[in-house]
Amino acid sequence: MGNSRRRLQELTFNVGLTALSLLLALVIGAVLFLIAGANPIKAYGVMFTAPLEDIFGITEIFVRAAPLLLVALGISISFRSGILNIGGEGQILVGAIFGLCIALYAPPMHWSIMMPLIFAASFAGGALWGGIAGWMKAYLNVNEILSTVMLNYVAIQIYSYLIRGPMMDKQEIVYGTGASQTARIAREYWLAKLIPGARMHSGMIIAVVLAVIVFFFLWKTIYGYRMRAVGAEIRASRYAGVNTRWYLLLAMLLAGGFAGLAGAVEVLGVHHRGLESISAGYGFSGIVVALFGGLHPLGAIPASIIFGLLIVGADMMQRAVHVPAYIILAIQGLIILAIVSSNVFITKKGMRAKMVKFLGKATGRK
Amino acid sequence: MFCNGQMQIEHIELKNITKRFPGVLACDNINLALKQGEILALLGENGAGKTTLMNILYGLYQPDEGEVIVNGRQTAIDSPQKAGALGIGMVHQHFMLVPNLTVRENVALCMFNDRTFHCDIAYVTETINRICTDHRIKIDPDAYIYELSVGEQQRVELIKALSLGANLLILDEPTAVLTPQETDKLILLLQEMAASGCSIIFISHKLNEVKAVSHHVAVLRGGKLVYNGSTDDHTTNELASLMAGRDINLPVAKEKEPSDKIILDIQNVTAIGDRGTQALNGLSLALRKGEIMGIAGVSGNGQSELAEVINGIRKVQSGRILFDGEDITNRTPQQIIDRRMGYIPADRLHEGTVAGFSVKENMILKDYARPPLAQATFLKDRAICRYANDLVAKFAIKTPSIDTTCASLSGGNIQKVIVAREMNRRPKVLVAVYPTRGLDMGAAEFVHSELLAARDKDETVLLISEELEELINLSDRIAVIYEGKILKIIPAKQAQKSALGLLMAGVQSHG
Ligand SMILES: Nc1ncnc2c1ncn2[C@@H]1O[C@H](COP(=O)(O)OP(=O)(O)OP(=O)(O)O)[C@@H](O)[C@H]1O
Ligand SMILES: [Mg+2]
Repeated sequence: MGNSRRRLQELTFNVGLTALSLLLALVIGAVLFLIAGANPIKAYGVMFTAPLEDIFGITEIFVRAAPLLLVALGISISFRSGILNIGGEGQILVGAIFGLCIALYAPPMHWSIMMPLIFAASFAGGALWGGIAGWMKAYLNVNEILSTVMLNYVAIQIYSYLIRGPMMDKQEIVYGTGASQTARIAREYWLAKLIPGARMHSGMIIAVVLAVIVFFFLWKTIYGYRMRAVGAEIRASRYAGVNTRWYLLLAMLLAGGFAGLAGAVEVLGVHHRGLESISAGYGFSGIVVALFGGLHPLGAIPASIIFGLLIVGADMMQRAVHVPAYIILAIQGLIILAIVSSNVFITKKGMRAKMVKFLGKATGRK
Repeated sequence: MFCNGQMQIEHIELKNITKRFPGVLACDNINLALKQGEILALLGENGAGKTTLMNILYGLYQPDEGEVIVNGRQTAIDSPQKAGALGIGMVHQHFMLVPNLTVRENVALCMFNDRTFHCDIAYVTETINRICTDHRIKIDPDAYIYELSVGEQQRVELIKALSLGANLLILDEPTAVLTPQETDKLILLLQEMAASGCSIIFISHKLNEVKAVSHHVAVLRGGKLVYNGSTDDHTTNELASLMAGRDINLPVAKEKEPSDKIILDIQNVTAIGDRGTQALNGLSLALRKGEIMGIAGVSGNGQSELAEVINGIRKVQSGRILFDGEDITNRTPQQIIDRRMGYIPADRLHEGTVAGFSVKENMILKDYARPPLAQATFLKDRAICRYANDLVAKFAIKTPSIDTTCASLSGGNIQKVIVAREMNRRPKVLVAVYPTRGLDMGAAEFVHSELLAARDKDETVLLISEELEELINLSDRIAVIYEGKILKIIPAKQAQKSALGLLMAGVQSHG
C-alpha cells in the first residue's frame, strides 16, 4: 500500500518538475519574443498545436524524426561503449557523399539492387569517419571529443568542396545559375512516399526496425555484451579477456555507420540530391535525442518523435509570427535545456534529494 | 593531540534507525550509543547492514526512520561535509580516492573540500608528514593512487581521515588488506587515539582484532541489532556464533603427497610496475599440480604484478611462463582464460566485476560466449538465469535478485560473486589474490573448504594473501616475495608466523 502511494507521489513529482522547468523555459522565451516584437502567446499556440492540426504537420514530424533516430542509435552505441562521440554531423555528411557517389555515378540498376547499395555505401562512409576517431582513441589514446569535433570540420569542408566542384550539377554550370548542389538522383531510387502529397517517406520505418535490431544487438548478443562491458568498466573487461581496443573501434564504426545512414535517408527521402545544409544539425540534436531516450535504442524512438515535433513546431511558428530564425533556435535550445535538466533531477537520486531540501528551505518548511 | 576538532563529541546516539533499499531492509530499528574515548566494534555477516548504518552516521545516506543524537541534541547529518564539521571521519570499505591524483592531492581534496579557491599545499604536506612520523606510516606523497597497491591505498584513506582531526572515527574493514604487523600498528594507534579522547567505531570480520581493540561490541544480523555489550564478556568463539548463529571452524589443509608434475612454471620473469619501477625482478616459481602455493609478502613487493603477468594483463619484459607445458608469455588474457586459468583479482570493484552490470551479467563475465550460456552469437537468457541463480544459492550470496546491480551489493557479497564465478569454472590453476577479503567468517570457512576441495581434485591454487594464518592453514608450501623476487620457499607445516614476518621484511636468516 505504501509502495503504490509512493510511486504515485514520485510520478506527480516527475511530471510536475518537467512541467515547471518547461514553463520556466517558455517564460524566458516569451521575453525574447517580446523583444523581437511578437506575441508570445500566439507564437506558442502555433508551436505546440499547429504541427498536430493536419496531416501535413504530423507527417513532417516523422520526416524529422527519422534521421534523428538513426543518429541517436549510433550515439547510444558509442556512449554505451564509453565513447563520447560528438562527430555525428561529419559522419552524416561523409555518409551522404558515399551514397551520392553510388546513386549518381554507378551504372543504372534495378532499384532493389541499387538502394541497398546506396545504403551500404553511406553506412561505410559514416563508419569510415567514425572509425578514424575510434581508431585514434583505441590505439593512440587520442581524446574522442577532440577528434570527432575536428573531423566534423574536415567533413563539412570536403562536402562543400565536392558539391561546388567535382560533384556539382553540370546543368547548373550550363545555365549559369551556379547553385551549389549535385544533380538529382533518378526517381526510382527515391525512398517510397507513404502518403501522397506529403514528404513522409519510408525512412522512419527503416529507422524503427533498426532500433529494434540495435536493442537486440546490445542486450542479446555477445558482441553487445562486450561493448557494454567495455563502456561500463574497461579494466574489468580487459580482465575478462575482451579485446578492448577492437571493441572501442567497432563501437565507433557502428556509430558512424548509423549517422551515415541518416545521411542516406536525407538524400534518398527528402532532398533527392546533395545540397548545402543537408543535415540541419541532426548530428548534434541526435545526441540530445539519445540522452533523452536514456541511451536506449527503444527509448530513442519516442524521443526522436518529440524532438521532431519541436523542430516542426518551431518552423511553423517562425512562419506564423515572423520572428528572426535565431530566436526560434534560442527557444528550441531553452526547451531542450529544460527537459534535459529536469530529467537529471528525475534520474539522479542525489540531485533530487538536494533539490527537495532546497525547496523545503525556500518554502520555509522543516 | 589527535582530537583537534572544533567540537568534542561526548556522546553520540543512533535512535530507531531504519533504512530500506529496493528489496532489502538494510537497517531495522537499530539503537546504538557511544561515549567519548570508547572503541566500539561492529560485527555482522556480509550484508548485515554495517556499512549502511555507518554511511548514515557519516551523512552519505539518509535514514528512512530514526534520528542521530549528538551530545544530547538531535542533529541532522545530511552530508559528509556536515559530518566532517561535527568531527566525524570515515575510512570506507571501498576506497574513495581519485586514481589519477597523487596522495598529496587526494589528502588536499579532503582537507579543503569546503573551499573554492584556497588550498594551502605546503600545509597539506606538513600534515601528511606529521601523521606519517607520528604513526610510523610509510607513503610517498607524490605517488599516484593508481600506482599503489590496495594495502597502500588503505594507508592513504587512513591519513585522509586523520588529517581532519576527527574525534569520531569510523573504520569500515580497515584491516582487510593489512599485514599482521600493519594491523598491530593500527590497533596500537587506535588505542592511543581512544586514550586521548577520540571515539572509534571499528568494523571487522577478524575477531581476534575485535577482542584486542574494542571495549564494546554490537552484532548485526539481517539488519537487526542482536547483541550489544561489553567485549570482555565473550570469547572469540562466542562472538563468532553470535554473529553467524552457529559455530565456525576454519578448515586446515591435510598433508598431501606432492605430485611431481609442474603445472605452472614461471622462469626468471621481469616486469615493470605502474610506477615505472622494476616490480618483478627475475622471479622464478614452479607450481606442482594439485598444490596450494601461498605467496607471503608485504603489499607492494610485486604480488599484484605477479598475478597480472600470469594472466596476460601485464607485459612480461623478459623470462618465460609455461602453463601446462605451453608457453603463455605475453599471450592475451582471452587466450590464457581459454587454457583454463582462473583469477580472483585484488580490486573487486573495478577489475573483478563490472559494477554497473547486474549480478547475472557479472556471473558470466568469462563464460558469456560459451554454450549453454550462448549459442552462436546470441546470449541464452534462460540458461544464464539458471546458471546465475545456482551460483547465488551455492555461495549464499545476499542479493534481492540476480538482476540487481553488483554495485549495490555489500562488500563481502561482491567478493562472493567473483569467488563463485572463478571457482565454478574449475580452472587448472587459480590465481587467488586476497580471496576472502571482506568475507564474514562463515563465508571464509566455505571458501577455504572449497579451495581445499579443489586442491584435492588436483587443481592448483596460487594463493596471495596478507593473512599469515590463512596462508599457513591452507597452503602446502609458502613462497615469500620480497622486492620482486622469491626470497625463500618453505613447507607450510614448518612455517612460523614470526619467521615469516622476518622474511617478509627481507631479512634472510642464514643457516
Ligand atoms: N546503495 C544500495 N542500494 C541498494 N541496496 C543496497 C545498497 N547498499 C547496500 N544495500 C543492501 O543493503 C544490505 C546491507 O548492506 P551493507 O553494505 O550495509 O552490508 P555490510 O554489513 O556492510 O556487509 P559486508 O560485510 O559485506 O560489507 C545488503 O543486502 C545490500 O545488498
Ligand atoms: Mg560493508
